[in-house]
Amino acid sequence: MARAGHSETFSLKARVMEPPDVRRALRRISHEIVEHNRGTDDLVIVGIRTRGAPLADRIASSIASFESTAVPSGALDVTLYRDDVALKSPRSLESTTVPGDLDGRVVVLVDDVLYTGRTIRAAFDALLDLGRPRAIRLAVLVDRGHRELPIRADHVGKNLPTSAHEVVKVQVDEIDGEDAVLIGEYDTSVSSATAAPRAEGTRT
Amino acid sequence: MIKHLLSMDQLSAGDITKILDTADSLRQVTHRPIKKLPTLRGRTVCNLFYEASTRTRISFELAAKRLSADVINFSADSKSSVSKGESFKDTAWTLEAMGVDAIVVRHGSSGAPYQLSKWVKASVLNAGDGQHEHPTQALLDIFSIRERFKDLEGLRVLIVGDIVHSRVARSNVKGLVTMGADVTLIGPPTLIPAQAPSWGVKVSGDLDSVIADADVCYLLRVQRERQSEQLLPSLREYAAMWGLDARRMAKMRPDALVMHPGPMNRGVEIAADVSESPRSIILNQVANGLAVRMSLLYLMLGGRDEEEEAA
Repeated sequence: MARAGHSETFSLKARVMEPPDVRRALRRISHEIVEHNRGTDDLVIVGIRTRGAPLADRIASSIASFESTAVPSGALDVTLYRDDVALKSPRSLESTTVPGDLDGRVVVLVDDVLYTGRTIRAAFDALLDLGRPRAIRLAVLVDRGHRELPIRADHVGKNLPTSAHEVVKVQVDEIDGEDAVLIGEYDTSVSSATAAPRAEGTRT
Repeated sequence: MIKHLLSMDQLSAGDITKILDTADSLRQVTHRPIKKLPTLRGRTVCNLFYEASTRTRISFELAAKRLSADVINFSADSKSSVSKGESFKDTAWTLEAMGVDAIVVRHGSSGAPYQLSKWVKASVLNAGDGQHEHPTQALLDIFSIRERFKDLEGLRVLIVGDIVHSRVARSNVKGLVTMGADVTLIGPPTLIPAQAPSWGVKVSGDLDSVIADADVCYLLRVQRERQSEQLLPSLREYAAMWGLDARRMAKMRPDALVMHPGPMNRGVEIAADVSESPRSIILNQVANGLAVRMSLLYLMLGGRDEEEEAA
């Protein structure tokens, strides 16, 4: 996350996924999850706030539509479990809503972008404080590389090789009004007067 | 976020809303089997209490522990060096030397937390100073009201009792007025401060004439020791004039609330059956105190202040 107080503007380099691409990727991930789990038994789909949460809901309803059985979904706020919590300004918190008891369930964590892996590590701790799942799997819309921890996704919408100074921005319809995956850079030389407000959910 | 919490004067309506929204998220933790978060791992909080306290001290201790901070409890009694004559300043420097990150202080002298904040690098949280303020009590009270009424704008709140000597009243008036509530102070004329009208509140001597319109009736504890100062009539007369009993409560609106900061004098400012009625949210106030104090510790200690760092 970029530091508050810096004047930054996002300069777009490319749109790498359009709404139909996002829809197809999520549908494929939904099928992969059920195939891998050999059905929907014990499945719980949990999205990481902010943008993982609507993606988890969509995956759960997609599975429900082709398997004709309801799959529970929830949302996890990992802010209080992050390893950089002492290094940055306190962030505002969102609610954690996890359906039922996680003991013995197979939890599929969903996030928009997999980058350093630190968010996922925080999510492991947050989940394990809520119960003891039989297994935790990871589904992400975009894997942009540059891992700092030994973490790997089980289901990936799109592998997107990037350089560390680039920014991958995922937009989702429920929050941003449109599904898209954008790649760009932050131009820090622009004065704050002209800088566009920084979008949430950006992983730098 | 603020470095020290000394007075409700420091907080805007936006700050109060942020603290209470964060408390709302943190409250979920109390409903899980593992009621602990790793957020303040490695931080140390000292409870420095020069006056007796049950709920405030326990609530702060539990709040810090739920966030994984280490907690030291220091009471200025026969077991500490205060009994050997150690000054407040020397005690402060001792804590500073041990490297505490936050000091929660209760003191009989108004302004003691402010003084402390000038001596130490740690964050100072006022847990009640003399007749000045008790900001965390006001925040948990506002949280408890907001839980029932959503919006405080225009809400009619009565604060009944010894306003002059009450730090709870002073902090609540500031917070409630900031949030747009319509506050009326009621009590024996000897115990209503002369400057009260300048606080943006109304003043009344007659509980019966205002109780029917109130959304919240907040009863202050009668400080029995004030009776010897001849500021208070007999307890029996107090109960008859300003106490809330079932007869008065029956005049209240159907959704109106009864609140009390504790400890209660049952039969004086509040009748036993009133304190246990469905209108009473006294135990919610206690439960909410934990969430509000967790929120403050997180917002004040949970991160590095980047603006300060840049300066």
